[in-house]
Amino acid sequence: MGKKSVEMLVGIFVLLGMAGLVFLALKAANLGSFSGGDTYTLKAYFDNIGALKVRAPVRSAGVTVGRVASIKLDPKLYQGVVELAIQRDVQFPTDSSLRILTSGLLGDQYVGVEPGASDKMWAAGDEIKHTQSAVVLESLISQFLFSKAADAGSATASPQAASAPGGGRK
Amino acid sequence: MTAMISAVGRRTLEVLRILGHHATFFVEILRACPAALRRPYLVIAQIHAIGNRSLVIILASGLSVGFVLALQMYYALVTYGASESLGLIVNLSLTRELGPVVTALLFAGRAGTSLTAEIGLMKAGEQLAAMDMMAVDPRSRVLAPRFLAGIVSMPILAILFSSIGILGAYVVAVLLIGVDAGNFWSIMQSGVDVRRDIGNGIVKSIVFGFICTFIALYQGYEADATPEGVAHGTTRTVVIASLGVLMMDFVLTALMFSTP
Amino acid sequence: MAELHATAAATDLSPDDTMVEIDHVVFGYNARRTILNDVSLSFGRGKVTAILGGSGCGKTTLLRLIGGVYPPNAGSVRVDGQVVDCRDNEQLFALRRRLGMLFQFGALFTDLSVFDNVAFPVREHTDLDEAMIRDIVLMKLNAVGLRGAAPLRISDLSGGMARRVALARAIALDPELLLYDEPFAGLDPISMSIAANLIRTLNDTTGATSILVSHDVDECFSICDYAYLMSSQGKVVAHGTARQLTDSEDPEVRQFIRGEPDGPVRFHYPARPLAEDFGVSA
Repeated sequence: MGKKSVEMLVGIFVLLGMAGLVFLALKAANLGSFSGGDTYTLKAYFDNIGALKVRAPVRSAGVTVGRVASIKLDPKLYQGVVELAIQRDVQFPTDSSLRILTSGLLGDQYVGVEPGASDKMWAAGDEIKHTQSAVVLESLISQFLFSKAADAGSATASPQAASAPGGGRK
Repeated sequence: MTAMISAVGRRTLEVLRILGHHATFFVEILRACPAALRRPYLVIAQIHAIGNRSLVIILASGLSVGFVLALQMYYALVTYGASESLGLIVNLSLTRELGPVVTALLFAGRAGTSLTAEIGLMKAGEQLAAMDMMAVDPRSRVLAPRFLAGIVSMPILAILFSSIGILGAYVVAVLLIGVDAGNFWSIMQSGVDVRRDIGNGIVKSIVFGFICTFIALYQGYEADATPEGVAHGTTRTVVIASLGVLMMDFVLTALMFSTP
Repeated sequence: MAELHATAAATDLSPDDTMVEIDHVVFGYNARRTILNDVSLSFGRGKVTAILGGSGCGKTTLLRLIGGVYPPNAGSVRVDGQVVDCRDNEQLFALRRRLGMLFQFGALFTDLSVFDNVAFPVREHTDLDEAMIRDIVLMKLNAVGLRGAAPLRISDLSGGMARRVALARAIALDPELLLYDEPFAGLDPISMSIAANLIRTLNDTTGATSILVSHDVDECFSICDYAYLMSSQGKVVAHGTARQLTDSEDPEVRQFIRGEPDGPVRFHYPARPLAEDFGVSA
């Protein structure tokens, strides 16, 4: 086997490997959908982050506009501090609210942004306290039981079953 | 009684000696690598012998594993109404585990044994001694190129195994069973992380490449210069490399994939 | 082919005439068995010297010591006046560039062709271009009569041809010292004669020093200037010219030279008396 043909075959081999890698990265994983790109950071404070994980998506109207960069506990406020990396070309009014929602019935949790109506936009590094925590299953159940008990007690009491989709779970 | 204790002691010392011998051999090969890299054609020729020649078995196995995974996972998932996640499950199984591990086992069996036999026979035929006498270091000319070739080939083969496995699963899931093609890819894409799953899979396969190639070279080099010796060497290569890969897989999986 | 006879008898060698000197060397691969027991040999420059002896007497080990593969447990090995130090890689490298070794069954690289085998040392140690290398390789192959076999694969060669290719490879860099490990083992009479002639001719034309390890007395005596006979206890039993050894009265020497089945080297491996083993009363 000539030297040149061996080198060519090995070149093809390596090329195949790289093609496989590109295929895996783009078609089979999430590289194509959201790359690093230009992002700015926002800090959100939650009473309970539920089952939110790092790299969970940040969605507005269902469209992914960012990722959760880090999750920490604020030692003074005892609240969860979630750092969000938002795409630079997407801006939200300062009176927008953040909620931790669940995708689908059994899906992973993500941060949903409900845009407000203000003219001013969040700038990089802003801290957001206007948040709604994840729904915790136990609270949901106790709420339901409580409302059932209240129903039994008073006919006029309206059911207070939470309307948040899905259930928070640890 | 004392005879038993001294026998245990002797065995322990022997095991330590063998471990040390492995370590010195490893260091010698590492030290010979820079010299081998200065002669790239040597490494390229070995990549051809080790990597290219293993392509057929890797691709065929990958395709079969993809088929079977799709089939098995479908039957398991459909009972929970989660058959749309088939693509995701197959991908994760392949890129995280089956790709690196099965490729490593096949590699140990195909390329590992041929390396062991080749080195063993070269040693038996005094070819390595002849090289020594010609003032050519057999480590940098024979051993290091094969070692480097194994480390380069293994990740490539693992990637190809995973890729063709996913394609095979696609064929079975979408074309044969009827899972929705769009969901197959989109749920897979949203659930597989490049760095965590694919990246770690590649790291695993590099580590396995180290293990399989090193064991193959060592067993070949230390084999007795007889037909039985070489035969034993090749079986030992497969057994030890396979065990090493599986144990290392556990360690690496625990390190990489335990929930943060 | 005409029989070549040994040239001038080796007389006492002065230090300048000694290419290789083995000085009171003791060596064993492990602590259990000592292969060489205080042996001293001298190999004259430009001469063909043979080391004769039965299997396991340490002949091949001597070659390995000369090549610096192992260090002697005691004593020293000197090549061209310099002590061979196994730990000094630079010195070993320089030494091995000047020597060529023919291994017992050739030790050719089975994955290369005949041409590439002979070209191997040239490619590794020189920067010559391919055209020059081609000329050198074909010249060396021509010297051993195998120029036409250059494109063949090693598996296509017969034993005798493989030995000759290995010889061509050993002389590729025109070494000053040639070591032959059992060059006649397993060859047919024609090939043996060819090999013997080649060894002698090469030695004379290049002025190299040749050391021959063998147990083929006749072929060795036909070409060597001097010979050493070693015993299985790892000692030098006798040394001298072919004539001197043939005429020797020493029973051990006579047994080996004449190939007598029984003598100082016993035919029977030590065993119990025959009567005991076969249950027959004496």
